[in-house]
Amino acid sequence: MAGSQIPGFSGHGGDPASALYRTRTRRSAGAQAIKGLLAAAAVRGGGGAAALLSVLTTTGIVITLASEAVNFFQVVGLADFFFDTDWAPLAGGDSQAFGVVPLIWSTLYLTGIGLIVAVPLGLGVGIYLAEYASPRVRRILKPLIEILAGIPTIVFGYFALTFFTPTVLKDIFSVDVSVFNGLSAGIILGILVLPTIASVSEDSLSAVPQSLREGAFGLGAAKRQVVTRVVFPAALSGVVAALVLGASRAVGETVVILVAAGNTPNLTFDLTVAHQNMAAFIANTARADVSQGGVAYLTIFAVGTTLFVMTLLLNLVAIRFVRKYRQVYE
Amino acid sequence: MAVTESAITRKIVERASSGERVRELGFRVALLGCLLVAIVFLGVLIVDVSVDGLPFLSLEFFYTFPSRIFPEESGIQSALLGTLALMVLCAVFVVPIGVASAVYLEEYADRDRWINRTIEVNIQNLASVPSVVYGILGLAFIVRGPVDIFGLGVGQPTLLAGALTLGLLVLPIVIIVSREAIRAVPPSIREGSLALGATQWQTIWKQVLPGALPGVATGVILALSRAIGETAPLILVGAGAFQLFNPSIDGPFSALPIQIFNNVGEPEDIFRDLAAATILVLLGILLIMNSLAIYLRNRYENKW
Repeated sequence: MAGSQIPGFSGHGGDPASALYRTRTRRSAGAQAIKGLLAAAAVRGGGGAAALLSVLTTTGIVITLASEAVNFFQVVGLADFFFDTDWAPLAGGDSQAFGVVPLIWSTLYLTGIGLIVAVPLGLGVGIYLAEYASPRVRRILKPLIEILAGIPTIVFGYFALTFFTPTVLKDIFSVDVSVFNGLSAGIILGILVLPTIASVSEDSLSAVPQSLREGAFGLGAAKRQVVTRVVFPAALSGVVAALVLGASRAVGETVVILVAAGNTPNLTFDLTVAHQNMAAFIANTARADVSQGGVAYLTIFAVGTTLFVMTLLLNLVAIRFVRKYRQVYE
Repeated sequence: MAVTESAITRKIVERASSGERVRELGFRVALLGCLLVAIVFLGVLIVDVSVDGLPFLSLEFFYTFPSRIFPEESGIQSALLGTLALMVLCAVFVVPIGVASAVYLEEYADRDRWINRTIEVNIQNLASVPSVVYGILGLAFIVRGPVDIFGLGVGQPTLLAGALTLGLLVLPIVIIVSREAIRAVPPSIREGSLALGATQWQTIWKQVLPGALPGVATGVILALSRAIGETAPLILVGAGAFQLFNPSIDGPFSALPIQIFNNVGEPEDIFRDLAAATILVLLGILLIMNSLAIYLRNRYENKW
């Protein structure tokens, strides 16, 4: 599952020869009949149109979210949404409230717990695979991490709810958690993003030129010193990208939270109680089959817009950092 | 990247200290520990699911419909067929568009034009948009929205709507992997073909694409295995569980992740075990797909 893990960060193969083909093709196409030209134009146009579909997808997402979010904010004030600390959009009458703060809090808090687990583990795995593992060991270990990356998130959710909470947290560590709790969901979320962090950081560590390592060794540095003081700082922008990408995945994760953390957003540091992040709220509300056009239906889009903007910012930061490390060494 | 002279000197001094060997060992053990945590987790997860689920796995499990009332006799036929149908439809939708986009971006697009740069950044970003957001797009645009392609009942929570939503979700992955495979075909192949008088299209169709095929196939399989494991978008587009009939392209559908999700939500313990058995089936399908991808990669990989 090598490709499935962090798609989107392929390098740019800007080979100088491509300009050469283009002029050559033009010449040979010119020599052909008009039919050939038409065919070439059709192929080019078709490919271009297909590539444009991806832009249309983004446009579709933005239009969908924005248009319904606008309807939402005609009913609920912007200030009420972003600053009110009560969240009960599905409640009836006076207790209905639309303060998104608890949802955002649970999202960021659980992401934070996940990252506390995933950052050291993911970087450890990345560093080991890039710097220490022999080719033979890598051939065995890398697929195992890829398997972990390929396990559907619903399986992680099942595991968190039926094994991690009752057996590991309650029985082994005697933590007094409720059936649905933020602790279990947060830790499992960490394991979920571990492969992302491991494989992006491994890529960036491997991209550091061998000459830097050899130089450091030549000066008498030990392996650990070479890794931590030469290779790691040299790969820092890629490592940062790995962390940001991991955070972005954790922020947008739905099913683990939905299954293991319950359906109540909680504005609290207490991890033993239920938490609900934005993505889980969206899925849970859609499942409740609320009527189209009602305020409850519209909250899906208001929360969706907030989530989309948050992950978009994280992704753009990650793309920028990835580009930086590629530019330095390629 | 700057290694200053003083930093280097400091390192040499530390090298001389006797504690360095201990630290070196400690660092190595810590790294191995990280790896061990990941692998032990994977092992425990698989053992746990197997212990819960294996007793329910039988031949009947595959061809019986799921049941909320008689969980002992419950199966997964509608969900399994739903997942397989989603996979096929998704492939039909995503392969031509994904490969065409990749060919355009690699072979035709002028990288310096703003439109192509926009497409590029856009694809990278789309690949990490949360899947639940694709679900919202599917719900509002495909299920309840204006799009009703060929009158096939898109406009309702149908199998086609689900497949299109999942298709949009994995399209960026297919494009990215196909581009990498196309880029891996060396320029000399193209130059040789062009020098013999082939047009650019003939070069692409007869030389570049066949050369890139193993890579593309591997990428497509991996993208599809991502698609069939997704739960959140299917919840949004309205996939059902405990469905007592097989899916049709313009009708309601179920899928394995949705069936697992709903089993987990049921109060009695037996449903959890049924969920575990269903997880085993899903993991089995993913395992087969991944083995196929690895086989294709090793068997047909071109060494240039």
